[in-house]
Amino acid sequence: MRMLSFASRNTKEILRDPINLAFGLGFPLILILLLSAIQANIPVKLFEIGHLTPGITVFGLSFMSLFSATIIAKDRSSSLLQRLYTTPLTAADFILGYTLPIIPLAIAQSIVCYIAAIILGLEITINILYANLLIIPVSILYIALGLLCGSLLNDKQAGGICGALLTNVSAWLSGIWFDIELMGGTFKKIAYLLPFVHAVDMERAILSSDFAGIFPHIWWVLGYSIVLLVMAITVFLRQMKKQ
Amino acid sequence: MMNAIEIKGLTKKYKDTVAVNNLCLSIKEGELFSLLGVNGAGKTTTIKMLSCLTKPTKGDAFLKGKSICSNSDEVKRIIAVSPQETAVALGLSVYENLELMCGVYGFTKEKKNEKIKELTKLLGLETQIGKKAGKLSGGWQRRLSIAMALISEPQILFLDEPTLGLDVIARSDLWDIIRSLKGKVTIILTTHYMEEAEALSDRIAIMKDGELLICETADKIKEAANTDNFEEAFIRIVKGAMK
Repeated sequence: MRMLSFASRNTKEILRDPINLAFGLGFPLILILLLSAIQANIPVKLFEIGHLTPGITVFGLSFMSLFSATIIAKDRSSSLLQRLYTTPLTAADFILGYTLPIIPLAIAQSIVCYIAAIILGLEITINILYANLLIIPVSILYIALGLLCGSLLNDKQAGGICGALLTNVSAWLSGIWFDIELMGGTFKKIAYLLPFVHAVDMERAILSSDFAGIFPHIWWVLGYSIVLLVMAITVFLRQMKKQ
Repeated sequence: MMNAIEIKGLTKKYKDTVAVNNLCLSIKEGELFSLLGVNGAGKTTTIKMLSCLTKPTKGDAFLKGKSICSNSDEVKRIIAVSPQETAVALGLSVYENLELMCGVYGFTKEKKNEKIKELTKLLGLETQIGKKAGKLSGGWQRRLSIAMALISEPQILFLDEPTLGLDVIARSDLWDIIRSLKGKVTIILTTHYMEEAEALSDRIAIMKDGELLICETADKIKEAANTDNFEEAFIRIVKGAMK
């Protein structure tokens, strides 16, 4: 109940920011439309709708990092969090209250992308449902990254790191825009040591009915999600005690 | 009359700096008690320790018999804090801010409605109830901040510089509100305004460099400093401690 009140406040704060909505829902949609238009003129396998959509749904989650980082960093810079620290809200209430409201947004974003993809010719299969379910652990990964940044940085820095750096890293090292295999060597090694390309490969596998293909990528995604979440909680609690 | 707060040797050290040194005080139930001091005197650190935001390095304090060191969860249920800066959720309306605090304290729907009605009337917020907190003037935000602190029916209320930066009328209005709470709630007020402390307080403690210099009524402090002017008395006591 207490946590839900706090989570509800966070949901309202996020949804009432028109920039959040524009970037969270609008930008991934524009990318799908734009790249599909390019694909129609210059066919490339990478931008075929069944190959492109899983990548865009994962890329769109980098905005969820931005949401979680910004709200937590803004709260830390204001006295609101200080006030709430003196209430019966527990550390778990804070963490869940920041995390839970963003998960439905992430799922909604993914569903919107798939609706657009269906309009653009993606075949309707049960795999779309599985892909939307598998987006949950990926969204936790991105939300945890945001919580970590928001707990460490001020709102301007968090906006810069998550809004610029993370979106770029997530884009270049995920194989959405170009085939990582083409780069090879160190670039490929680095990409596969990070979770982004694993998340995209996992989503592509599930959408194309290659159920065995989600492994080992899902372990990378879950592993990074857990580690980042633990790091975010640890840093947040340390900041809480610092008050 | 029973003591609401018993402070026993409260000390806070930050590396080489002693922010509060061996503070011993008793504050009676229903008393309006002011902490005065120049910047860095240790007022805010004292409030942070008493409201369980920061742990003391040494010593303890008992709020209604509950230790801030070993029973902070219980302490948090009987206190409320209105921090130095206005601590409101800017993206939420006045009503939603009050609703958030009701949720955080686990109120039932009936109690929530009753408390919101009562507090909006007490603080004169009826005309602002639907407005976003971020669109309110400083004075209205401060009123909302105090309403949010009062909604949990605290037995002890900490007001950290509640009138800082407000115009004369807004300050006078807040003084009336604070006066109306006298006797009902134990209030610990920190302020830089001498006339505010003199006009509102039952007793005043003057601190400097983390040390308690004097703790008396305004009249007795003037008597001790041999002057009729409270501001002059404050200056003499603080400068006297420098010699």
